[in-house]
Amino acid sequence: MNRQSLDNPSDPSLSRVDGAAKVTGTATYSAEYAIPGLVHAVLVTSTIAKGSITAIDSREADAVPGVLAVISHINAMTIPGWPPKKQPAERVPPGTAFRVFYDSLIYFDGQPVAMVIAATHEQAMHAASLVRVTYQQEPHRTHFEKNIAHSGIPLNVQRAKNSPFQDYERGDAAALRDAHVRIEAEYTIPTQHHQPLEPHAIIAVWEAEDKLTVYDKNQGVKSAQGQLAQAFKLPRENVQVVATYIGGAFGSGIRVWPHTMAAVMAAKQLKLPVKLVLGREQMFTSVGYRPYTKQKISIGAVKDGRLAGIVHEGTGQTSMYEEHLERTVLASRALYACPHVATRYRLLPLDVNTPTWMRGPGDATGMFALESAMDELAYALKADPLEFRLKNYAESDPERNLPWSAKSLRECYELGAEKIGWKNRLPEPRSVKRNGMLLGYGMASSLYGFHRHPSKARAIMQADGSVIVQSATMDIGPGTGTAMTRIAAKVLGLNAKKVRFDLGHSALPDAPGQNGSSTIPSVGSAVHVACEALKSKLVALAGEMPEGRKSGGQLVVRNGRIFSSQDDKEGISYADILKYHYLNELEVTEESKSGAERDQYSMYSFGCHFVEVEVNPLTGEVRVTRAVTCADVGAIINYQTARSQSIGGVVGGIGMALMEHSEMDHRFGRYVTTDFASYHIPVHADVPPIEVYYIDKPDMQANPIGSKGLGEIAIVGVAAAIANAVFHATGKRVRELPITPDKLI
Amino acid sequence: MDIDHDAIPPDVPDEDRRFFLKQSMFIAGLSMAPVDFLQAALAPDDGPVGNAVKVKLSLTVNGKRRRISIDPRMTLLDVLRENMGLTGTKKGCDFGQCGACTVHVDGRRTLSCLTFAVMQHGSKVTTIEGLSDGEKLHPLQEAFIKHDGLQCGYCTPGQVMSGVACIREGHAGSAAEVREYMSGNLCRCGAYPNIVDAILEVKKEGAKV
Repeated sequence: MNRQSLDNPSDPSLSRVDGAAKVTGTATYSAEYAIPGLVHAVLVTSTIAKGSITAIDSREADAVPGVLAVISHINAMTIPGWPPKKQPAERVPPGTAFRVFYDSLIYFDGQPVAMVIAATHEQAMHAASLVRVTYQQEPHRTHFEKNIAHSGIPLNVQRAKNSPFQDYERGDAAALRDAHVRIEAEYTIPTQHHQPLEPHAIIAVWEAEDKLTVYDKNQGVKSAQGQLAQAFKLPRENVQVVATYIGGAFGSGIRVWPHTMAAVMAAKQLKLPVKLVLGREQMFTSVGYRPYTKQKISIGAVKDGRLAGIVHEGTGQTSMYEEHLERTVLASRALYACPHVATRYRLLPLDVNTPTWMRGPGDATGMFALESAMDELAYALKADPLEFRLKNYAESDPERNLPWSAKSLRECYELGAEKIGWKNRLPEPRSVKRNGMLLGYGMASSLYGFHRHPSKARAIMQADGSVIVQSATMDIGPGTGTAMTRIAAKVLGLNAKKVRFDLGHSALPDAPGQNGSSTIPSVGSAVHVACEALKSKLVALAGEMPEGRKSGGQLVVRNGRIFSSQDDKEGISYADILKYHYLNELEVTEESKSGAERDQYSMYSFGCHFVEVEVNPLTGEVRVTRAVTCADVGAIINYQTARSQSIGGVVGGIGMALMEHSEMDHRFGRYVTTDFASYHIPVHADVPPIEVYYIDKPDMQANPIGSKGLGEIAIVGVAAAIANAVFHATGKRVRELPITPDKLI
Repeated sequence: MDIDHDAIPPDVPDEDRRFFLKQSMFIAGLSMAPVDFLQAALAPDDGPVGNAVKVKLSLTVNGKRRRISIDPRMTLLDVLRENMGLTGTKKGCDFGQCGACTVHVDGRRTLSCLTFAVMQHGSKVTTIEGLSDGEKLHPLQEAFIKHDGLQCGYCTPGQVMSGVACIREGHAGSAAEVREYMSGNLCRCGAYPNIVDAILEVKKEGAKV
């Protein structure tokens, strides 16, 4: 493990503020609230991929002692925010969110068709197995490759002329045609699932006829509050969403999903608090996934290694009822200085549930193709893959023709190369063995757009001089509370122990959901400005005190005390200020958002990954034996938790590259990988020591804390780095993930 | 159902032994009984739960004797979480594939989701809530915090319980050994390297685990 950067004495890290709660099991997740009178719901899901329900026989289930209700489209309540049902039922046009228990139509295998509510989980489980559903089946289309002819320009894009997903072209296409060396290849990533360790879960409680509280696993309490208020036509404040602890999500919690609505409906119909926890197998059809995506890249360079052109085409799968769009091809426009770039993005609707954003959505997919293709071209040019990238380094954004707000990708490359020992790498593929294993090194770049959304934070100074900071932001695992505590403590000059940060409740000040690596840039900025405003108020109040008046208005704030001058040894504490003014507390709420800088600069997080792999020449088994990840994300707020996030990204990338593959039996349109025994994610034994480095240069154009997002960039590019290392080790280019042994022997 | 008298741990008090045997024979009889006998056999306060009959059992959880009456379909995991309010033990997959539900049963790491609670009559169960000594955290809990061996925290109780067992079993001799013996505990956030560091440090420092 890399201790060198961890032990940075100038920047001691704050241990995770909720670490003790998590290691002692006292952290309360969505399904764990002790609500009196709670009853349990279990979903019954469809066993066909397309068609309609002809009958639901719940007599046996109803007869099970303890069963309170069996709810389906036949007897489900009318959701006031949904359009009236059509008789007979009609298939929705694309662009319509799925409505649970709305009508008899089946859009995908695993769709909720009924729900049993019983006094205990065991009763509900048993009764759910007794619900008999009969269907009229229609032919379904789930096979991506066989149906690719049905792909097309997304309707969303057809309607929006300024959509970033419009076809794009710059420069002269002749440049690529005339390139000295040209590669054209197809890259495929299969459907992959988030599968956080905590299954999605909700407890829905109607406190009154028009007042709802949900304890729901999601990544945005404010957005969930808005969606539920809209569905039930309630004032926003009548709906409260609590998600203090979230057991991982990686994108699966960005939306309000059908099971959430189902539980809320059940609670309303039964006038009882209802708990619904998805089974692991239901997690494969209920909360989205990284979509199956096929990409084609044509890329060429002139003799000296300068890129001549890139054409990047991508087609992702979506459902028949909704369009899910991703940034799959967008990175190709901005990553390299390339005169000719064209991108095209298409969607293929299938009889499946809708995909959703999964860590590094689109970019992780697209970067696998782009950075694999760059590697292929480097070998074709007989150039060093790293040198080749440096030769095409973009000094400004070639897409928007704007300067970068900050970019230290070159330093990332240099640092990563040094740490992995890139210069000792023999260029020839399949040329080195270690302990009988083929040894290979690969690298890839990473980039992810900067997202900063308007955010509010409230800072409250307490009478005892401690401070509470609040924002309706989330923590799905990166350590939001820890980073925010650090920001607040730094601004106010307080020991972190005197700061408490509250999150995960919709009653707190507005904040975006945790997605798109936007939390630190957005909410971190809000916390910063709120604490600055609080400090200003405290300084003003101190100025009215006898000690303060002495200073003539030149107060100095140091270590959580306010001094009349640099020589003042004693100073006034925050508690003294509140006491003098007879204040129990002092509160400020501030908002922070982007300004004109967004039009003046192009803003991205950058990074790169270097990996070492060993491949068993007989079995084709790939082991990642070392990984070095470097990121340029502006200022690092809290080194230790940032480092963990980077490690987690590499681990996710190992899964993406080597094992994750949701396999469907297309005869039924049904996943056959429905548990951790069949859907493999990395385990302890798959993960080597991972070294993490940051450039840690504040990007003050981006926001007041100079910090950009880290969560996505940690995984974007990792799969390509591994695929490139596998090529270096074996001489075999695998363009279809995951890189399983069968593809290498 | 065969009753293996030797399977009852020797330290179960006599009172509980008798109670367990009576219960076990009752269940054994029921499994072969015709349905109408089943119905007749139900005592009023043991009314039907689903299609099952409530069963009484005694467990020692975190040092405290608990006598409970449960649906025999309940896993040890669900009894801990739903009946005892010990939600520190997590349900990740319910199939014994993720390790989030790891507890110690009579000192051995056990997947509580793969264990019917009724199988554990008389057992001593330790959950994450019972690992620390009051406010004083267990050395491995401290090490998890120090090394940031967690992110979302959901797999963490299982990792800690497995980690303690890994050290006690003598399987924490090297990073490779720890990785092998901890591979039943999945972590989707990818805290693995930090978890390994935490376990190795506690092992190396030789604190009593």
